[in-house]
Amino acid sequence: MQADAILFWLFSGVLIISALAVIMARNPVHSVLFLILAFVNAAGLFLLMGAEFLGMILIVVYVGAVAVLFLFVVMLLDVDFAELKQGFVQYLPIGALIALLVAFELGYVAVGWTRSPEAAAAAAPSGMLSNTAALGRVLYTQYFYFFQAAGMILLTAMVGAIVLTLRHKAGVKRQNIVGQIARSPAAAVELRKVRSRAGI
Amino acid sequence: MVIGLTHYVMLAAILFTIGVAGIILNHKNIIVILMSVELILLSVNINLVAFSTHAGDLTGQVFALLVLTVAASESAIGLAILVAYYRNRGSIAVEDIDTLKG
Repeated sequence: MQADAILFWLFSGVLIISALAVIMARNPVHSVLFLILAFVNAAGLFLLMGAEFLGMILIVVYVGAVAVLFLFVVMLLDVDFAELKQGFVQYLPIGALIALLVAFELGYVAVGWTRSPEAAAAAAPSGMLSNTAALGRVLYTQYFYFFQAAGMILLTAMVGAIVLTLRHKAGVKRQNIVGQIARSPAAAVELRKVRSRAGI
Repeated sequence: MVIGLTHYVMLAAILFTIGVAGIILNHKNIIVILMSVELILLSVNINLVAFSTHAGDLTGQVFALLVLTVAASESAIGLAILVAYYRNRGSIAVEDIDTLKG
């Protein structure tokens, strides 16, 4: 057995088990931690496929930002999660039924697909570039507008998240930026004649 | 045994199924629903990258990058809505979120 086959079975096995643990765990904090484990294993799979840049981005964005965000929210909200867990067993049969149907359909497509003859011509060797350099070469030229749109989406999400969660409390001293900038030296500075050894 | 494209596609199918099952089973807990959506998007990303490397075409990886961006902003906005909702109502149970029902 080759090394990459062993690594594939290792990563995919841990990925599936931790994904199951995400939806089964009693405590949402454990769910978030298993989600982090799942993302790390998916990053390993990306490395195995040769997509190094996306693997590293997955760790930086998901483990570093999204999962920590989930962890913060789970720990900040004082919610009785045991109450939310009720109905799990009750919905287990219908959930398992729908899951089996989806798995059957997806498995049928995954095994039975064939490549179209036009698509075979598009396969070209990427040359001697590393994955990151090759990705940058297409991202900043051919897909430049998509890149810009992604930036706009992130900006919108940032502004939206701040607007949604910002709270203006009464009785807190705030900056009056316009007033502070518009002050003139005549209003702000006072010149005094100070005699020596006298002070003001 | 050589690991081919089918292995990765089957893995993504299983992960997608787990995500869908997670939404159904945890239909009361919106935080776990958001995490299941993240799992589904991860399976989509695995599919895109697997086809991209198999076809030798980087377009799939660019697409996966965009999916990643949208997933990150989606979870940020979703959790911000959740925090704002909890502040107003003191609960995040899905069945309590029925103000717009009329």
